[in-house]
Amino acid sequence: MSTKWETVIGLEVHVELATETKVWCSCKNEFGAEPNTNVCPVCLALPGSLPVLNARALEYTIKAGLALNCKIQRRSKFDRKNYFYADLPSGYQISQFDLPLCYDGYVDITLKDGTTRRIRIQRIHLETDAGKLVHAGDDVAAADFSLVDFNRAGVPLIEIVTEPDLRSAEEAGLFLEKLRSILKYSGVSDVKMEEGSMRCDVNVSVRPAGSTEFGVRSELKNVNSFSAAVRGIEYEQKRHIRILEEGGQVEQETRSWRDAQGISVLLRSKEDAEDYRYFPEPDLPPVEVTTEEIERIRATLPELPDALMQRLMTEYGLSAYDASVIVAEREYAQWFLQAVELAGADQAKAVANWQINELYRVMNEKELGPDQIPLTPEQLVGMLKLMEKGTITGKIAKTVFDKMVETGKDAETIVKDEGLTQVADEGELLAIAREVVAANPKVFEDWKSGKQSAAQWFVGQIMKRTRGRANPQLALKLVTQALEEQAQK
Amino acid sequence: MSGMTHILSAARLNRLFLAGELSAVEIAESALSRIAKVEPQVGAFLHVAAEHVLDRAKKLDARRRAGDNEFGPLAGVPIAVKDNICTCGMETTCASRMLKGYVSPYDATVVERLRASGAMIIGKTNMDEFAMGSSGEASAFQTTRNPWDLERVPGGSSSGSAAAVAAGEVPLALGTDTGGSIRQPAAFTGVVGLKPTYGYVSRYGVVSFASSLDQVGPLGHDVEDVARLFEVIAGPDRRDATNAGRTPPELKFGGDPSLAGVRLGVPRELFGQGIDSGVKARVEEAIRQLEDLGATVEECSLPSTEYALSAYYVIALAEASSNLARYDGVRYGFRAAQTGGLTEMYSKTRGEGFGAEVKRRIMLGTYVLSSGHYDAYYRKAQQVRTLVVRDFERAFERFDALVTPTTPFTAWRIGEKIDDPMAMYLGDICTIPVNLAGLPAISVPCGFVDGLPVGMQLIGKHFADAQLLQMAWAYQKVTKHHESRPVLTEEGGR
Ligand SMILES: [Zn+2]
Repeated sequence: MSTKWETVIGLEVHVELATETKVWCSCKNEFGAEPNTNVCPVCLALPGSLPVLNARALEYTIKAGLALNCKIQRRSKFDRKNYFYADLPSGYQISQFDLPLCYDGYVDITLKDGTTRRIRIQRIHLETDAGKLVHAGDDVAAADFSLVDFNRAGVPLIEIVTEPDLRSAEEAGLFLEKLRSILKYSGVSDVKMEEGSMRCDVNVSVRPAGSTEFGVRSELKNVNSFSAAVRGIEYEQKRHIRILEEGGQVEQETRSWRDAQGISVLLRSKEDAEDYRYFPEPDLPPVEVTTEEIERIRATLPELPDALMQRLMTEYGLSAYDASVIVAEREYAQWFLQAVELAGADQAKAVANWQINELYRVMNEKELGPDQIPLTPEQLVGMLKLMEKGTITGKIAKTVFDKMVETGKDAETIVKDEGLTQVADEGELLAIAREVVAANPKVFEDWKSGKQSAAQWFVGQIMKRTRGRANPQLALKLVTQALEEQAQK
Repeated sequence: MSGMTHILSAARLNRLFLAGELSAVEIAESALSRIAKVEPQVGAFLHVAAEHVLDRAKKLDARRRAGDNEFGPLAGVPIAVKDNICTCGMETTCASRMLKGYVSPYDATVVERLRASGAMIIGKTNMDEFAMGSSGEASAFQTTRNPWDLERVPGGSSSGSAAAVAAGEVPLALGTDTGGSIRQPAAFTGVVGLKPTYGYVSRYGVVSFASSLDQVGPLGHDVEDVARLFEVIAGPDRRDATNAGRTPPELKFGGDPSLAGVRLGVPRELFGQGIDSGVKARVEEAIRQLEDLGATVEECSLPSTEYALSAYYVIALAEASSNLARYDGVRYGFRAAQTGGLTEMYSKTRGEGFGAEVKRRIMLGTYVLSSGHYDAYYRKAQQVRTLVVRDFERAFERFDALVTPTTPFTAWRIGEKIDDPMAMYLGDICTIPVNLAGLPAISVPCGFVDGLPVGMQLIGKHFADAQLLQMAWAYQKVTKHHESRPVLTEEGGR
């Protein structure tokens, strides 16, 4: 007999807020500066220094909460989480324990089969990032000493905690993508996993399908990318099932994910869990948030991906697929909307086609990120206008497109410089048509015997002679005319 | 005149400086010479900044000679600063091995304000390590002696600040008060000490002991001087989120002292059991004098007081255990010679760097916050704190201020209570409830018992510091206890 297992997953996602300055002092919040240059008495926890809340960090946390459909705590407070570590200057992290700023939210994800799942957000709280240790060796154990860079110490961080609503590694991956997209749209973070501005811990447990009780969970730390999250979950899920099927019991423990080896290793068991001795932060007064404040922040939220996707479908008639690949990145959506504004709503589908089929293709080839789009909306729309006017053909347009990307020039300049203007002169084209018909009697005979594709072949010849500049409809009309003339001879 | 400045008030020194009758250099030199003479007996200072203060004095003199008349109210006044308040250019050690040699790269807000007022910071004063103690004996470096009896403690934790004022080394000093650390040593050494309303004075740059209780305040010979220093240090500071952003009203003293219409309450819980009979007698006399000035006096009750001491120690030590976590040997201060890894570095550094009292308090504070104990201790203590606050609120419905002894007894002998922390803790029973409620309170000298000073405490409403100072001024005007000075043989003998 084999039991069917269900995996239950909850995520704790840490996201660095993209504020100009740190959360408790006015040091710059920037990635990649020289070590220990963005520091001051406050973020180094020098004796006597005190924290003061950065109003922008509070605003961004609330904004993230609103974007994730959360309720906002009207009276919140900060707490100290006490532990010793060399990257934590004050010996405690300022965080929020029992009154997080945001609670009870959700994110809807769309699965591959098109069904939608609602993943509940339990809470979002504001806390403080720590510094960074650099070990003089391959890892801590082998290092003779370690150095600390406190540039990151005091950077505002939000922790987003989901309910245990995810049921597979795939769902977790989709959720993280969606979360990243929403946070980026709302402008509170640049959510770059490679720069560590988004990190996540994963809670995994397994239970017999149909059971309503939760299994014993393990917490996975050091998950540094979405794909690592997916791999880690798959690994843990297998590990749990194997233990259970062998009649064993899963231990509640914290494990570390080693992505390169594809394994998790024990970090600490439940018995060794740290006692953080949370208590209210006495250096900071409680935070009061008014309804007006919340509404003011809500008004600064841009249109979020779900709503935008709906609008692209209803307003511009895009397919669900097209709409989804356009809203996937904030930069893509902005690019699309700008292009449509320039070109007019009737051109929306054409813009989407060019964006998805050509622009993404080029970006893929060149391995460009969404913040490196190699073409302006103005360039594309300029090209579409030339097509609309009949100046260039669809075929030529593809050439023009590639040249625009390559040179950064606009379509009109390229067409002029390269002589790519469509040949729409009936007399000129008819002469060419007569020539090619006369020169290919065998194909003419095919046509005469009823082979329709032969006409297309002649159109192809005209395209060749004009280097693709002939208007295809006109060319077909004139080929037909030349063929009929030949037949009557 | 120079050489006698140690008997002049800050107000007088400031006037003489502004009038050009005494140069800042003369004042500074005079103070330094007094310090040189009495320090061997008193031991109030951990660091005397002779060069710094003379340099500063020369600049003040140059400004005055150049016709500058934009001087602040403390121009030309030498001031001592407790060693837990950060000062650029001078060590800030909190009288701890942990911070020996540590020089802050920035000035505390109160120090900035002192400098802007024209004050001359003459040095840093001894204290109980990290302000944890009531006798000054918990300093890692030296024991400050009470100028009234060199065999006795000056009180604590602002032991050096109180002793420096009492011994005439400076007319004014800054202390900090978490549970009585300004008022109790002020009482023990016969000087005036004000603990301002929580939030009136910025804590930025003041090394935290217990963040929700700490407040900086002035010590001086008379109420006017103390008020002058209070006005300089109090006020808004955006670097301290617990600062109330309030500016104190301008204080004026003068005319006939009167307390007509002032209603005073005497909490029976702080005036009965455990109060030394001599102390009680002095404070009762003081109360009669307050009545003579026109005040009405009635008994009242602060029923939660019996729990206040326990609640205070739970809250203060919980906060302290966390506030002192930063002294880990990683970034500054003491680091133990190393053999092992990070954990060993922590435990050796903290084990060797902190003194016994500090370690005792860190351990207690850690314990009360531990899971499984939090509700029984920390949460309960916060509930008691709320009750204490309500007690005062009720009392202040009927009274303008409350009167108590500052301490239940006078200064004890050095070493007498060092092995009995509970006895020492109990000595703070009259001052601690005030910190729990965040109220202002002042200790003023009200006589002597067996040659040792006794202090009377006046407790006021939130942000009624100015009224409190007015009352204390009226009392001082008709009593003159503050004019008594200890006799110190200047040869260094006892
Ligand atoms: Zn900083």
